[in-house]
Formats: sequence, C-alpha cells, structure tokens
Amino acid sequence: MVDKNEDPLTVRTPRSMQAPAGQAATAMPDAIGGTIRAVIDGQTIKVPVGTTILEAAKELGIRIPTLCHHPDLCIAGVCRICTVEVEGQRTLQAACTYPITAPIKVSTSTRTVRQARRHVIDLLLSRHYGECYSCARSNNCELQALAKEYGVEFFRFGQKEHRDHEIEDSSYSVVRDMDKCVLCRRCVRTCIDLQEVGVLEAIGRGDQTAIGTFMNKPLADVVCINCGQCINRCPTGALREKDHIEEIWEAIDDPAKHVVIQTAPSPRAGIGETYGLAPGRALTFEMNTALRRAGFDKVFDTNFTADLTIIEEGTELILRLYNALVKKDPKVALPQLTSCSPGWVKFIEHFYPEYLPNVSSAKSPQQMFGALIKTFYAEKNGIDPKDIVSVSLMPCTAKKFECNRPEMADSGYKDVDFGVTTRELGKMLQQAGIDLPNVPKSEFDDPFGGATGSGVIFGATGGVMEAALRSVVEFITGLKVEDLYEHADIVPVRGFDGVKYLEIKIPDAVGPVPDIIKHLVPDWNWAKGATLKFAVAHGTANAKKIMEDIKAGGKFSECHFIEVMGCPGGCIGGGGQPIPTSPEIRAARARAIYSEDAAYAIRKSHENPAVLKIYEEFLTDGPCGHKSHHLLHTHYTARGKYIA
Amino acid sequence: MLVTEQDRLRQDIDALVERHGHARSALMPILQEVQRNYSLVSPYAMQVIADRLGIHPVEVHGVVSFYSYLSEKPKGRYIVRLCRTISCDMAGKTRIARQLENDLGIEFGETSRDGAFTLEWANCIGMCDQGPALLVNEKVFTRVTPAQVHEIIAECRAIFGNQAHQLREGLHS
Amino acid sequence: MTAAHGNPSGGPSGKPTGGLTFATVDSEAGLKVALSGPRPDIVMKLRESGLRGRGGAGFPTAVKWTLAAAARGEQKFVVCNADEGEPGTFKDRVILNEFPDLVFAGMTIGGRAIGAREGILYLRAEYTYMRDALEAVLERRRKAGLLGANAGGLAGFEFDIRIQMGAGAYVCGEETALIESLEGQRGEPRNRPPFPVDTGFMGLPSIVNNVETLAWVACIMAKGPEWFKAVGTDKSTGLKLFSVSGDCARPGVYEFPLGITVAKLLEAVGGSDAKAVQVGGASGHCLPRSEFTRALAFEDISTGGSIIVFGQSRDMLEVARNFLEFFVEESCGQCTPCRDGSVKLLEGVELLEEGECSTAYLRELKGLSKTMQLASKCGLGQSAPNAFLSIVEHFQGEILGRSAAGI
Repeated sequence: MVDKNEDPLTVRTPRSMQAPAGQAATAMPDAIGGTIRAVIDGQTIKVPVGTTILEAAKELGIRIPTLCHHPDLCIAGVCRICTVEVEGQRTLQAACTYPITAPIKVSTSTRTVRQARRHVIDLLLSRHYGECYSCARSNNCELQALAKEYGVEFFRFGQKEHRDHEIEDSSYSVVRDMDKCVLCRRCVRTCIDLQEVGVLEAIGRGDQTAIGTFMNKPLADVVCINCGQCINRCPTGALREKDHIEEIWEAIDDPAKHVVIQTAPSPRAGIGETYGLAPGRALTFEMNTALRRAGFDKVFDTNFTADLTIIEEGTELILRLYNALVKKDPKVALPQLTSCSPGWVKFIEHFYPEYLPNVSSAKSPQQMFGALIKTFYAEKNGIDPKDIVSVSLMPCTAKKFECNRPEMADSGYKDVDFGVTTRELGKMLQQAGIDLPNVPKSEFDDPFGGATGSGVIFGATGGVMEAALRSVVEFITGLKVEDLYEHADIVPVRGFDGVKYLEIKIPDAVGPVPDIIKHLVPDWNWAKGATLKFAVAHGTANAKKIMEDIKAGGKFSECHFIEVMGCPGGCIGGGGQPIPTSPEIRAARARAIYSEDAAYAIRKSHENPAVLKIYEEFLTDGPCGHKSHHLLHTHYTARGKYIA
Repeated sequence: MLVTEQDRLRQDIDALVERHGHARSALMPILQEVQRNYSLVSPYAMQVIADRLGIHPVEVHGVVSFYSYLSEKPKGRYIVRLCRTISCDMAGKTRIARQLENDLGIEFGETSRDGAFTLEWANCIGMCDQGPALLVNEKVFTRVTPAQVHEIIAECRAIFGNQAHQLREGLHS
Repeated sequence: MTAAHGNPSGGPSGKPTGGLTFATVDSEAGLKVALSGPRPDIVMKLRESGLRGRGGAGFPTAVKWTLAAAARGEQKFVVCNADEGEPGTFKDRVILNEFPDLVFAGMTIGGRAIGAREGILYLRAEYTYMRDALEAVLERRRKAGLLGANAGGLAGFEFDIRIQMGAGAYVCGEETALIESLEGQRGEPRNRPPFPVDTGFMGLPSIVNNVETLAWVACIMAKGPEWFKAVGTDKSTGLKLFSVSGDCARPGVYEFPLGITVAKLLEAVGGSDAKAVQVGGASGHCLPRSEFTRALAFEDISTGGSIIVFGQSRDMLEVARNFLEFFVEESCGQCTPCRDGSVKLLEGVELLEEGECSTAYLRELKGLSKTMQLASKCGLGQSAPNAFLSIVEHFQGEILGRSAAGI
C-alpha cells in the first residue's frame, strides 16, 4: 500500500552539482553488480563500483575531513578539504566526488595532502569573520573544528578583521551573517535541491561570488518559507535562527509577568543533543523540571493541542467529505491538506495559492495552544491575559514567523509571544546552569496535562496522518484501530519515504456517529464501502511533487486527505533542531518519539480526557463550532511567487 | 490598446520561449536576446523567464550575475569594452582608457547619463596581435590610438542620435 | 622539417592571411573520405596521425572520439569549443574567419565518428561579429547537402550544426563549464570523472574539441595521417598555429611544426631580443631567456599556441599582476583554492610592489600556488598560479626588495 518508488529526499539535482557516480553509488552497485578493490592508506577493501573514495575510506575507519559534503545533499566538490592522492593522477582528487570504477590506490594523509588541506583551511579562515566567542555556533562549528584538527596556530593568509556586510535579520526566522560564509553552498543545495524553495543561490563570479537571494533582497521580501533547513546544514554561524533568549529572560525576571511555555514533542527528542547526548534519547520529563527551574511559571504539553488539532481537523475532513459526497457541494475542496507545518503553509501560499482552499483551516497546535492560554487558561486562573507571556518550544524556525502572523491574535493579544527553537532552549538551560540530563523528572502542568500518544507522533513524518486515522477510522467504522492495525501502529504511514500513499476501505458495516460530532453528521451510511485515500509527504520538494501531480489530475488529486510537513523527516528534522542533522540522526529522533507513543496509556486523540473536557467546559458548541472557529481556525494569504 | 511595459516584455519573452523551448538549456539564448533588446535583464524579466522555464528566479539571477555580457542593471546603447589583458596592456591600453574617460565623461563601470554609453573593461577579446583593441557592442576596433577615441565615439553618437530621432518619429506616427 | 612559414594574419580588421596549410586543403575532400569509408576508419586515421588537442591540454583526439563512440547514449553531441579566451590566443578567430568550412567539416566528421546528430559551435560573446557570417556558411552547407538529412550524401547520416553564443566568461573554455553554459547554468566546471565523452551535454556522450583540432581533423582525412605526422615530433605530431603578440616586430598567427624551439619562433616573429616569453597565455608559463631552447611540444611545453613576448624593459611583476587580476575575476568562484588563492597571490604581488613581502611569506605563497595547482577543481584553478610561480622563480632578483616607488 505504500508507494516505495519515491526517493526519500533527493529530487532534482542540477547538473552542476551532480555527483559523478558518488550520488549514484547507492543505486549503481546493484545495477552493475561488480565490486572493485581499493587500497587506501595501505588497507584493502572491496567496494561496489561507483563508491566514492570518501565512502570507501569511511568503511575502513579512515577519516577524511569534509566541509561542503553533507549526507542529505548532492555532491558539490567545491571546498576541496577532502582532497587525497590517487596513484597515477597528476593532481589531488576530492574524495567526496571521486567514484571508484577501477582498482585504485589512495593516500589520504601524505605531506602534500596535509599541506593542501591546511592551505584550504587557511584560505577559508582568511575570508571568515571569526568572532568565535560571540558566535551562535561556537563549539558547534565545522570550520572551527577543522582549524583545531589541522592545528591552525596562526592565520597564515591573514584574518578577516572587519565586517563587509551587515547582518541580515529582516526575517522573523532566519538570520544571515555573510561575513561568516565559507561558500560551501550547502544552503544553496538545501534551498534549491532538497527543499525546492529556491531562495538562495550563488550570485556573481570569481572573488565576487557570494550566496544571495533574488536581487539580493532581504529574506523577508523573498519566497523564503522560513523552514530553517539551511541553518541545519550551514557549517558555520553564517546562518542562524533569530534569537529570543534575552527577551524571554527579561519576561521571566519580571515579577509582573506570568511566563508559560508549551513544548512540542520533537524538541524533547532532540534537546539531549545540545548536551552532547547521542540522538534518540527523549528528555521529556527532565525538561519539565529544568524549565521550572529556569523560571517558567507553567510548563504545558503541546500534545494537548495536537490532539485538539486532530479533532478539529478530523471533523473538518469529515464535514468536507460529507458536504462533497452527500450534499454534492461543488465548492468543497479536496484533498484536504494539513496546516500544522508553517513552512509548508508559506510554501503553498507562495507557489500554489490556488490550492489554499484545500488547506485545513485548523490552526497549528502551537497557535491553538496560544489562543487557549490567553483565553481559557487566563479565565480559569484569573490571570489578566496581558500579563501572560506565552512561549512555545518548537523544533522549528518557521514557528517564529507563524506566531508573528497578524491573523494569529484571536485571543485579543498576540496568541504566542515567542517561539523558541530546541537550540535556543538548550542554550538557555545551560545559561541557567541546569544539567538537563541529570535533573529529576516531573509532569506537565494542568489543565492541559493529559496528552496521548497521538499527539507525540506529530513530530515524525506520517504522525499527523496516523493520529488522524486512529480517530477518523474509529469514528466512522466503530471498530477499534487495533482491530485493523496491530497495537494501533499504522505502519504504512511511518518511515522516511518521501511520499507515502495509503488506501483504507470502509467496511459495509459502519458505527454510530460519536456524540462529539453528532450535530454535524447524522449517520455514516454514505461512507459505507468507500475507499478513502491518503498521502503523506515531507520536505517541500516532495510536497511539490504531490502538488504538481494534483495540478495534473494525477493519483494524488483523488486523495481525500494529505499530510505535508515542510521539513525532511517532519518536525524531528525541523530547522530549529540541534545541528548536525542526517538521515541517521532523524531516524534516531523518530524512534524516540514512537517509543514514547507506545508508552502512553491513551494513544488516540479522541480519547484524551482533557480534550473532551475542554469541549464540555469551553468550546461548548463542539468541534468546528462557532467558538472553535473563532479561536482555533484561521485563514491564509495568497502570496504568489512574483516579487515586486 | 495600451500595453504596459511589463506586458510587452512578457509577450517578448513568451515569443522567445516559443522559439527556444521550455528547457533550461534555452536559458542562455533567451537571456542574450532579452539583454540585446532591452540593454538589461530586469528583475521582472528574470521572474517571467524563470516561470516559463520552471526554474527559480534566483537561479536566473545567478546565471545573469555570472556572465559579463548579461546585466541586471541597464547598459548604455553603446557598450565600449576596452581590453585590459596583457598584450593590449603592453600596447598602451592605459592611454586609451584615459582618453575614453575624458571624452565620454564617465569612468569605467559607469553609464553616461543620456544612456548612450557604458564604459567597461574587458578581459582578452582575442585581438592581441592588434592592440590596443576595444569592442563597441559587436564591432571591434584595433590598434586604437588616443586620437582615434574621439572619432569612434563621434561615430556612435551620430548613429545614436539618428536612432533616437527615428524612435521619436515612430512614437508620433 | 622546419619549412615553417610564418604568416602574420589579420582577421576582420587586419590584413588577410594566406599561406597557412588550411588555405591549401579542400575542406570537403576530408569529409568525403570520412563519409565514404567505414565509420571506425575515422578514429583509426586520427590515431595514426597522432593528433592531439590543439586547445592546450593535448589530449589525443582519437582516444576522446573512441570513448565517445563506444559510450551508450540515445543521442550524442559534437561540441566545437570556440570560446577562445586564453589571453594571447586569437588563432581560432582567424580559422573561423577564414576557414570555417574546415571546422564545420571537422565537426561533421566527428558526428559520423561518434554517431552524433547534432553539432554545437559554442562561440564566445566577444566574437559575436563573426556570427552572421558563420550562420551564412552553415546555411550554404545545408543547401549544398553537407548538413541535414543524408549529410554529405551519405544515406541515413543526419547531422546539423547550430551556433550558441557564450556570454563573457573565460572559464567556459573549460569543457565541462562550457557544457554547463550550454545547459543554461552558471559556467561552473563539473566534477570529473565522469568525463563529457560519457556524461556530457544533457548528460549524454559528447566530444568537445577546439576549433583548430577540428580543422586539422578535416585536413588529416583529406591528406592522410602520414602527411600530418611528417612534421612535428614523435609525441607531438603535425603543424600547430601560434598566436604571437607582445613585443615583437611581426605579431600575428603563425604556423609551425610542433617541437619548434622558443628561440626559433622568436626569430621568425622578430622578437629575438626578448627578455621573457609567456607560453600558453595567462594559464601558461613564463620563460626567461635561459629557457628559450625549450621546445613547444606536448612533451616539453604544452600550449594552445599563445605566445606573448616581453621586451627588455618590461616589469615582470606588472605582468604577474595583470594575469592574477585576470584570474581573480575569471575564476568561477566555486572552489576554495582558485577563488581565494588567486586573491592571496594578487595581494602578494601588491606586497612585492610595495617592497613589503618577506622571503618567508613569498615561500608561503609559493606553497599556496602548489596547492592551487594540485587541489583546484578544474584546469583554470590548477593553472592560475603558473605565471606567478614562474615569474617569482625566474625573476626573483627583479621583484624582491623594491621600494614603494617601484625602483
């Protein structure tokens, strides 16, 4: 049922950046079937034809330094750090690009090689504004690490002492500091190839070459979707998120302010990495304690509104289906597209504005929570909403843009004041002297305490779909999801395939309409025997594939519901997550999330007692009702791709 | 019917795309013709071209900024490119350069206020045996002497004035 | 062997030339031979002739064509590299201006040899003034049945040529950058391998050959490999055009057998009292008088034919500066050693001009030059420091310890 034909991440590779055979190395060996002997530093290894020297050396445990190379990106071969000596070749060869297609003898650390690497590092340092102490990436900088590795003891070709560029901070999300750019072009390959957004490109030629935007306009004025994937792959501090740490400390230190924080699932799976832990260890409950120690008055679980999103968005889907199939309303837009990923939302606003009616009007969990904190929570606890500072911990840089959207003020105030990334919180906790991995565990605060496994899995690609299906399937069929999928694990929508597709046939026997939506749909007879079609995409390049297919009237245009996450891997690979990122790291974070899901007693959003309670107490006209529409739903802006 | 500049540009680009195709490999010929007809590839032109070829505007900008003969800023009707590479340098390009600046009243990299001339340096134009050499648009002038600079410019001015006149005529008829 | 006839040649605004071998060969005779025999005969003859690329690198043409002929691809391309941008080189201008039929015949022969249907002449923007004339030649050839369906009268052989203009970038003379440019990209050289013979234009097998190489192909087909290799040396067979400029009495295009010494060439062009000669353009080497005995051949000094003569009064540091300024601007800007290394070398020249460069730092710059030669991504970066290095090596006495005034 899962479409396995899609290549997970790579989409279109411009020929300029195309790997000779290195990229193909993963695909070629089977096709050719041969293996070849390579001798690297005296050690022999047999590798499939087309394996790069870099890959072969890695197999042997030989480290070749790299800079422009990144496991998520096509090969560039531009930094020339990884050069090695290949017997019979006049010049040094870049290990990351060189495919082994004949027996080969390689030396990775001769005097010539070491000298060349030193020179390359020296040259990069001479163009890099190395204010290491005050740099966001200090101790997490690949250039700094290389300089240390190669024992740079002085600046052989000088050091850049003055800025040539102003820091570009027009965007709510991404800050560009071009004086620190080393022109590795990872951001270009991320933006053009991996994400297909196309904001960043090399501009100019020769010594004037620089990474720029269209007409070198500020990021805020171009089609940037704020996904922050470029930050995740920048080796230096040239790209970073807009930082709100100081403003948050200020709020915490202000006794008049009631500072609350909601935490999304993915940062819990990632924050350990900012403390040097291996990826894949969730610190959910340690983080609760740490946040309180840092001075937050309340710590809430965004999973609560993730469950709420499922109810709202699921109800919206049921209504769309009902109106389309039963009422034959031609205005109903299907497939319904998810709206929780603000990077994806801005992507569609720019590139497919004609499909905005397909996007679920349900706000993202962050914004639902924001609206409820300054209304429901404030009311219940007798706090003046103007004194509440609402912070959200997100794996995401686009959330910073989202919370600053003018329409996100339905509580009468800015619904969420600050979105902070996992990286920023890691810094805050360290500034507060908190040894996160070793603090005791504690629970989330009420009244939003109760969450389910469904909320947790929002963090991984396919998670929203799985959560939605767990509820929608039970709603319609009256069966238990467990009867259809073992342990209620809807495995076909999990995993990192770029595009996943799933069909579910509704049996001829349907269940009763649950109380919560009884006023909206009289019965399920209309759904009997129907085949519901679903798809999941992550990374906007894959989203683009789906949108182009929909435009062309292809198979995805027949889907009923499609989950799209802007970032590769979903939120666990978000642009605000710890650096570095790689397929392995994202897989480890995803494992952490799914094992947390498995540990929950309640794993379906519609069984979350706190969610049911809020419909009883506050959103009394039910899902997609008047009040929920006011607070929990929103509208979008057709931006288009032309820039004035 | 009144057509705006942008409409006209879009129609022109559509015609070029029709002729050269929608593949990315059509990009250079399209850009070259737009440059020739408009003396620049404007940001709007880049976006229309990107749209028609299914690529990102920033990619078109990247290409335009790479090549010396494409420009995002308007160039003069006559682009004077003086070769500064070694053989022309040795043959006395410096004096030609000075005289060009004197006679045009602009410096290298600038365009005259009336839009008639842009003065630029060129890297080797393949006239090393006959330096100092310069190109005015597509036309090559070799063994240029400082005294000839004035003649070359005057010739261009004559044509430019003439064309400007024709253009006006065309608009009024 | 030395029946060298020097021929200063004009071009569009200079005097017409005569006496080059190209003027004596019937351009269509070679095409006829190539189209009448079996296909493999073409590369066989080229192999026998020993023809090596005339653009400068000297790669054996037969090997290139054999690889492309053997490569699998639904379509193949013959690309003529007319992006003649190397400082001091202008022979291709003369060839295209006066013997375009030889070049187009050579391309057609290439199409037959590798099984291509399309030829592309990539003409540098600076030569736009030649475009209309070349298009007219192509049109004439089409009308004469030399291009198009059943080209040259060979049933089933379809081959046509189109011209694509460059847009002002020296690096596009590098074959993979040229292909990038053809594909509408920034002219940034690709990683090699794979090579164009395998993965070229549009990812399909392509041969990229210099203008002069293709003209010689047509001559070799017409007159036979024995005729071609009757002159030259064992490893560098045949005649070669040289573009001569700078401080000499008779600059222009000359034809000599490969293997001629620098001194002999200088004698022919009236530049015998030279202080130094730059062989191979900005990316070539600067030879002092003591090395004038060296031979212009692939086994000694490989060159695309650019000869720039420096008279006794020339300041070699100024020469180095001119070349480095060229590279700082013409580097594609992609790889670190070339992009940033060229800037550091130029800054080094400025230090030398001001008399502020220590011997230790000069040594450091020499080391950097070596890294650029070894670690740059393409031939441009690998050769960018050549001129600097040879000038620093041969004229150290002249460049060290200057005062700021330059004396």
